[in-house]
Amino acid sequence: MDINSIRLHYEIPGDDFTIAGEASSNVKKMLNQLGIAPDIVKKTSIAMYEAEINAVIHAGGGEANIEITGEKITIVIKDNGPGIPDVELAMQEGYSTASDYVRELGFGAGMGLPNIKRYSDKLDIQTEVGKGTVVTIVVNIN
Amino acid sequence: METYFHSVTLDENKCMGCTNCIKRCPTEAIRVRKGKARIINERCIDCGECIRVCPYHAKKAITDPFDSIYSYKYKIAIPAPSIYGQFKPSFSRNQILNTLKAIGFDYVYEVAKAAEVVSFATREIIKKDGFKKPLISSACPAVVRLIQVRFPNLIDNILKLESPMEVAAKLVKSEVVNKGYALPDEIGVFFITPCAAKATSVKAPYEKERSNVDGVISMKDIYIKMLNALDRPEETDILDKAGYEGIRWAGPGGESTALETDKFLAVDGIHNVITILEEIESDRLEDIDFVEALACTGGCLGGPLTVVNPYVARKRLRKHVIEAKEKSMPKTFQEKYDSDLVWTSDIKYRPVMKLDEDIIKAMKKLETLERINKELPGLDCGACGAPSCRALAEDIVRGIANETDCIFKLREKVRELAIQMAELEAKMPPVLDREKGKR
Ligand SMILES: Nc1ncnc2c1ncn2[C@@H]1O[C@H](COP(=O)(O)OP(=O)(O)OP(=O)(O)O)[C@@H](O)[C@H]1O
Ligand code: SF4
Ligand SMILES: [Mg+2]
Repeated sequence: MDINSIRLHYEIPGDDFTIAGEASSNVKKMLNQLGIAPDIVKKTSIAMYEAEINAVIHAGGGEANIEITGEKITIVIKDNGPGIPDVELAMQEGYSTASDYVRELGFGAGMGLPNIKRYSDKLDIQTEVGKGTVVTIVVNIN
Repeated sequence: METYFHSVTLDENKCMGCTNCIKRCPTEAIRVRKGKARIINERCIDCGECIRVCPYHAKKAITDPFDSIYSYKYKIAIPAPSIYGQFKPSFSRNQILNTLKAIGFDYVYEVAKAAEVVSFATREIIKKDGFKKPLISSACPAVVRLIQVRFPNLIDNILKLESPMEVAAKLVKSEVVNKGYALPDEIGVFFITPCAAKATSVKAPYEKERSNVDGVISMKDIYIKMLNALDRPEETDILDKAGYEGIRWAGPGGESTALETDKFLAVDGIHNVITILEEIESDRLEDIDFVEALACTGGCLGGPLTVVNPYVARKRLRKHVIEAKEKSMPKTFQEKYDSDLVWTSDIKYRPVMKLDEDIIKAMKKLETLERINKELPGLDCGACGAPSCRALAEDIVRGIANETDCIFKLREKVRELAIQMAELEAKMPPVLDREKGKR
């Protein structure tokens, strides 16, 4: 383990849309306090926001664990939701299983996962139907 | 680096050291120390939120005194469009403008007229396309400064055209010289301002070396003077030359509606502005070409140096807009304005929230900050002088506060001390601790 690292932990509640995204906005604030370059902060917070929202919308909440070192930011979003049956399909732009209700709230364009891929330097999705999903996002700092 | 100038200051005598302002400040720039509010200069964006919320009127803006106009031979007033909302609807715009002459100015030129020039130039940019979307208006300097400290990724979205105030000052100076009314160095141009932010943009402009405006006078400061002169009959000059598009800039949505596009979003009130800028920075706002963001609720009509309630002022403004339409005032400016409107200097990100220059040190500080924060009661009561428990934790790691500034922490410490004292009291010094009856 790197001694020069920060670890953060957030619970992601699954029942409240109005506070969804709080964890990523807290992380964003901290990255700014660390003096991380603005474009890196932007990439990280967008990627984390999308994963956080997915945990809220598709999986009834979960948790976020973040590790920041001098080299990179690692975000792990874990949930015990339904899992993703076909990850390759889910990764396609425009693919979404969101309900009409969720769409009315402005989500469900099927752009979350593609955006995470675009804004991260590394993306790993471990998922099992009926058990849950772990999304790991890495953004390099330099 | 030169010291950072901003216009909002504190009147020490009036400040009671309450927590109203520290809680409302959008950049957490205020702390209470020794019973008085202190502004952390480099964080202040001059939005004037604290001026508005202070129940003791201890927050004020540095503007020029009215008498400063007398240091110029030829005195020109350029009033912000928000001035029209400050007087009863029975007074015409021309009357209001002539009042400025009655109280001592030699010439008056509406900033609203210059606003039309800026609207025209903005329309051209939007028509041509090829700009970074959405374009964010630079009309409100408090918003520009907010972007500078909190939204560095949006600096390239700012509409980098001179403000109507600057354009007005430039236009009126050449007009007066061309007409032979005065020589360039005899002229003093004074902006009649609704806010602190505009005062700062004259004293310390970010878009150019030096402002065209020579002084800034608070709308509040000349209000009584104007009221007293309003119904003097000697109104003669025709000064109301701006069209309705320019007048509308005073309220929210005014700048946008002049752009002939539906793809705009107008937001007012600094806390709402922050929410929208967050959305833009995270690429969550779609299909919008132009964002008009105004720090004050009600736009400039709600400026901290205005007098009349912004909603009343808005109603009053409407009358002037309708009249200008009826008179079929030219929709766009007629005079040709050749000078380039584009900023000659630019703004850079000022990372005022950064904990340390060195990232490893910053990480250590952040870790300590989080640890301290967890141990604080989480009440955000403000009694420590910081806006929230987390802000106190931040101040502690920055070395400008102590844990015992938190009254709950202090009480904990006192209790511990009391317990220790009781324990100590129970212990007898060995020399006195003799068995009874023995000598
Ligand atoms: N944590 C998750 N648990 C279960 N299913 C998920 C999870 N994350 C994504 N999915 C599935 O993958 C699909 C695509 O996700 P993606 O984030 O790309 O789009 P979306 O969430 O549907 O819409 P948008 O992100 O644009 O609002 C989702 O509709 C959902 O079926
Ligand atoms: S909205 Fe207008 S009055 Fe308020 S700070 Fe901005 S420019 Fe000044
Ligand atoms: Mg999604």
